[in-house]
Amino acid sequence: MIAAATIEDIEATAKRVRRHIVRMIAAAGSGHPGGSLSAVEILCALYFRVLRHDPAQPLWPDRDRFILSKGHAAPALYAVLAESGYLPVEELLTLRKLGSRLQGHTFAYFPPGANTLSTCIQSIPGVEACAGSLAQGLSFAIGQALAARLDGRDYRAYCLLGDGELDEGQVWEAAMSAAHHRVDNLVAVVDRNRLQNDGFVDDIMRTDPLDAKWRSFGWNVGEVEGHNVRELIAAFEAAKAVKGKPSVIIAHTVKGKGVSFMENNPEFHGRAPNKKETERALAELGGE
Amino acid sequence: MTVTSTSAALGTAATREALGPTLIRLREEGLDIAVVDADLGSSTTARLFAAAYPDRFFTVGVAEQNMIGIAAGLAAAGKIAVASTFAVFMPGRCFDQIRLSVAQPHLNVKLVASHGGITVGEDGVSAHAIEDLSLICSLPGFGVIVPADVVEAAQAIETAVRSQGPFYVRCTRSKVPTIYDDTYRFAFGKAHLMRPGKDVTVIALGVMVKAALDAAAQLEQEGIDCRVLNMATVRPLDREAIIAAARETGAIVTAEEHLAHCGMGAMVSQVVAASHPVPMGFVGVQDRYAESGRWDELLEKYGLTAEGIAREVRSVLKRKKSGL
Repeated sequence: MIAAATIEDIEATAKRVRRHIVRMIAAAGSGHPGGSLSAVEILCALYFRVLRHDPAQPLWPDRDRFILSKGHAAPALYAVLAESGYLPVEELLTLRKLGSRLQGHTFAYFPPGANTLSTCIQSIPGVEACAGSLAQGLSFAIGQALAARLDGRDYRAYCLLGDGELDEGQVWEAAMSAAHHRVDNLVAVVDRNRLQNDGFVDDIMRTDPLDAKWRSFGWNVGEVEGHNVRELIAAFEAAKAVKGKPSVIIAHTVKGKGVSFMENNPEFHGRAPNKKETERALAELGGE
Repeated sequence: MTVTSTSAALGTAATREALGPTLIRLREEGLDIAVVDADLGSSTTARLFAAAYPDRFFTVGVAEQNMIGIAAGLAAAGKIAVASTFAVFMPGRCFDQIRLSVAQPHLNVKLVASHGGITVGEDGVSAHAIEDLSLICSLPGFGVIVPADVVEAAQAIETAVRSQGPFYVRCTRSKVPTIYDDTYRFAFGKAHLMRPGKDVTVIALGVMVKAALDAAAQLEQEGIDCRVLNMATVRPLDREAIIAAARETGAIVTAEEHLAHCGMGAMVSQVVAASHPVPMGFVGVQDRYAESGRWDELLEKYGLTAEGIAREVRSVLKRKKSGL
């Protein structure tokens, strides 16, 4: 099982993860840097402090489940999985390339089963679900959390959503049902970076007041500064104590965090940096 | 392959009636089943399972997309997940969820769709499911079964639940004639020879199997020797039986309660074209939507009857004879 890291260690890992993300997407020539960079501390807090998991046993039945519903942030998850020991760090640079295990959006394949074409795609240990078409992760996480209840296991399910993703109706179907079934071993995290594909959330589809929406659906709501590891960990710990209802943590983040020209810039939702931009980004991130 | 005689004495039943009792029986055996439902459990008969195993039954309200996602999550955590609603909603309404959350990870989710085809006659076109096979068969790795009667439905559901991976079983709302007795053994992926014949083969599924048998009996009076296959497994198709039918009878007519241009017949034609081209005819709803009306009236109007099949057989045999 992975040992709990100190805040300082987690912050240092987050820096490395940001550099991985920029390098990976630059090497691929395509991808989604903005929403990957905004989620870095959330993922690092989870994988290096909050989640019960073991890279040596990716399918350990008692592991906590993490579902990346905003599947376009796959580079961030891959980088965190690599830093955790699920895959070699060098493999990160194969992102999106033919024959790589690092699919453009997360892909998970559950053997056995020979009658499928999916066997031609490999998946990475530690990735729990397919994603890429938005809004499907929370329902999936509810299913896993309900299975824990049926099996009398105490693992918890975590699901990371983007705030643009909240436009999708399935998210609210899932929100309603999780509260109805009192799924209290479930935590949703909203990466509240206030940008989506075409621009600012407030211009495309306003979702405020977001805390009141979740609360009215019957959820326990926490709100944190999403780049503050200490606050994130405290919110996840607080959620563990909540009984009878699911919890959501609204994490206020900055899209493109850490790279000045990507921050709050809608252009970098889904574009790779060119060579010059990559050098500049790595310099800002303290790259060697 | 054995020939099963048809007997009116066996009665009628809706194939959906097999769902609840089969799930209960398999759970009693200890199979790790969990059921997700979207407010139609009393119609699909999934609710019977809820009464027996309330802790293993999760309703999500009228929210099919969420139902599929929860089923996928349950399956990913080791459950045999069963989701059921009407065929018009599943795969229609939640195609994307089935594709991404179930088919791509190849999860152990069993979709049992009730009210398939135009069986919900009077409710009208919005309730008719005549595109579902086309949608679900487009997904790699799915097992797809359309049982012909309640005996086959129970065995098809059992096969799906006992097998690994995603399955779709399509059932009817209305009562259909029971053509099999207790001696029948459904074999997944194998067409069932209902009647031998050397002039032409009718490949049918669902309620059209009985119509095909009736058509074959009519055609016998005209001196036409008609082979009848029940192609209950649509995915994977029984290629051997199809190629044998093409080679040995030289003409094929398919019959299904589905759009004719994109269902089982279209998939059979791909096998025939690639292996042993012969004249083919397609009985199904012809590139249009049906309307409100009694199920039997609709079947009549759109030619999904023994007479409709017989007509198509005569037409195909003309082409076979003239070498076209």
